[in-house]
Amino acid sequence: MAESLNKGETKMLSIENLRVEVEGKEILHHVDLEINQGETHVLFGPNGSGKTTLLMATMGFPDYQITGGKILFKGEAITNMPLNERAALGIGLSFQRPPTIKGVKMRQMLEICGKGDKNVESMAQSLDFDEFLDRDLNDGFSGGEIKRSELLQLMAQDPDFLLLDEPESGVDLENIALIGKVIEKLLEREVELHKGKSHKELKRERNKAGLIITHTGYILDYLDADIGHVLMDGELACIGNPREILKTIKEQGYNECVRCCGLNTSVLSKEKSKE
Amino acid sequence: MVKEREEKKILAKEAKDKLATYGTDINLEAFSPETDEHPYQENLSAFPLSDQEQMLKAGVDIAAKNRSGTFIQKDHSVVHCSASQEGMEIMDIDQAREKYDWLHDYWWKAVPVNMDKYTARAELHQEHGYFIRSLPGAKSIYPLQACLYLEEDNLAQDVHNIVIAEEGSELHIITGCATGPHVKSGLHVGISEFYVKKGAKLTFTMIHNWAENMAIRPRSATIVEEGGLFLSNYVCMQPVGTLQMYPVTYLVGENATARYNSILIATPGSEMDIGSRVFLKAKGARAEIISRAITTGGKIIARGHIIGEVPGIKAHLECKGLILSDKGIIHAVPELEGHRQDVDLSHEAAVGKIAQEEVEYLMARGLSQEEATATIVRGFLNVEIEGLPPELKAEMDKAVEISEKSLL
Ligand SMILES: Nc1ncnc2c1ncn2[C@@H]1O[C@H](COP(=O)(O)OP(=O)(O)OP(=O)(O)O)[C@@H](O)[C@H]1O
Ligand SMILES: [Mg+2]
Repeated sequence: MAESLNKGETKMLSIENLRVEVEGKEILHHVDLEINQGETHVLFGPNGSGKTTLLMATMGFPDYQITGGKILFKGEAITNMPLNERAALGIGLSFQRPPTIKGVKMRQMLEICGKGDKNVESMAQSLDFDEFLDRDLNDGFSGGEIKRSELLQLMAQDPDFLLLDEPESGVDLENIALIGKVIEKLLEREVELHKGKSHKELKRERNKAGLIITHTGYILDYLDADIGHVLMDGELACIGNPREILKTIKEQGYNECVRCCGLNTSVLSKEKSKE
Repeated sequence: MVKEREEKKILAKEAKDKLATYGTDINLEAFSPETDEHPYQENLSAFPLSDQEQMLKAGVDIAAKNRSGTFIQKDHSVVHCSASQEGMEIMDIDQAREKYDWLHDYWWKAVPVNMDKYTARAELHQEHGYFIRSLPGAKSIYPLQACLYLEEDNLAQDVHNIVIAEEGSELHIITGCATGPHVKSGLHVGISEFYVKKGAKLTFTMIHNWAENMAIRPRSATIVEEGGLFLSNYVCMQPVGTLQMYPVTYLVGENATARYNSILIATPGSEMDIGSRVFLKAKGARAEIISRAITTGGKIIARGHIIGEVPGIKAHLECKGLILSDKGIIHAVPELEGHRQDVDLSHEAAVGKIAQEEVEYLMARGLSQEEATATIVRGFLNVEIEGLPPELKAEMDKAVEISEKSLL
């Protein structure tokens, strides 16, 4: 299923046999992942399985040391590229736990992200966040406010490829809708704009792609993600329809989901045969 | 009164060699005590451009358009003094002492004349200084500015300043200390005594712009009466040889408030020992001491001392230091002293390098490592000062910005 999607597509991100260490401990043992232009992938997996690690390593954080494999972005090898250069190439990340920066105002940060040519006020209004513009960045923000702050920064940055780390966790129901809409827009997936076009056509018109970590799957209510993955103990153990994966995880848990995946797709068995 | 003056002189002579509690001991004989007089200038723009430039860095507005008064002392001469607002007085302290008999009630009344060899020296060698007063109920529209300028190399400048905010008045002062382009070394001893009367508000913003081998020993103290507010802001970001000061405020009236903010940057070779001390002596008194220190290779001792003597007071001390070079040292010494059960004293001190996590966060948004560092440093120095008029905040920001450029 995934293979067929990949044919004839423009590749956005290719991760090959990636190994990542944090503080001398290997967290990701073997990850292969392909995301094409126009696609949105969802990443599931139990706590501590390495989801955040995968995103951080893709963004290029030096603490997430790549000890094997490679990462290509838009065809270019970025495995050893500093993170600001990856940002310049068009990768953007929303953090699960961003640091507070005292004395740097939210407004100033948005100007940094947007390189000064974005209308900060109206962008903030669209996320109902204008009251926070003159506060210190992330200083005392609540869990849900952090999410909106992160998304707002990505809005200003407008990257081609979005790495979203649990964008909806801890967000109240009203704000989930707001966040869902914004993510939909950032990924160029607004349904209204594309009425009457085939799935294939839509994808071809889209430039953006994304990888979204979610536990709850609420985000799937707002955008129609293309592919789902499950990360278990530092390996991608399942690939498939995101809603189906979510359903299995909810009903039967991660282990059953992975087992079931192994039965249904060739992905896992291919992996197994390598070992 | 004459007798009292003589007594002060005697005390000063006795303390002539008394070592200071803190700071490197300075050989006072190494500096020349005398120099030629400079001519008085009616117009500030008559000063040589090089002087103007230095004064500007210390926050002096040469056009004086947005100032309610100006005092400038160059070496040992008062070279300009003018006030432009009713209810605001600004003059040479010596003139003021002749004019107002009562001024002896304020002379060495907040700072003890025999505190150490520097106060003693200021009594024995004093050359001018300023007197600034806001009359009861008067409010300064624009800040008044004072500048103590050293033009001659290796000179000793000893001044004594008195500032009085009379009952219910509001007084904003910006003072700059600076040195001329040819000055390599010198000594500055400045005595400042501040009196904030009932319900008055005094904001005092001081910007220091010294030279590399200067020895600086200010000695200042403030007495705040009931409901009064004293707000002191201090910026020293340029190289200095050795600078030691530990200004103190006595909150003697109920609900009196003091706030100290300092921004310090020690470049290689600079040595700063700077603190603020507040005695809370009456119910409802409040104090806050905030300092931000950065070293790029120099040494900073950042002190703070809060003494809560009566119940029902509240005070906070915050000292943050950023080390940008392994050659630099920041030594934070926060002290809290409670004398009663019902006092609320707290402190927060943190010294370290720039958090890598913050740098990386900004880099993930597209900034280079250098840009990210600069942004964080600027944020670190961006202290919000409650009650500071916007134009003074702008002056402070300007001073910080000028120095930042050379820093980063
Ligand atoms: N700095 C670190 N030092 C030591 N271990 C770390 C560090 N960072 C991450 N780890 C460990 O790596 C593992 C994977 O962490 P990661 O944050 O990637 O998990 P996750 O899948 O995102 O989990 P969650 O769903 O809880 O967010 C965890 O066991 C975690 O404790
Ligand atoms: Mg995580």
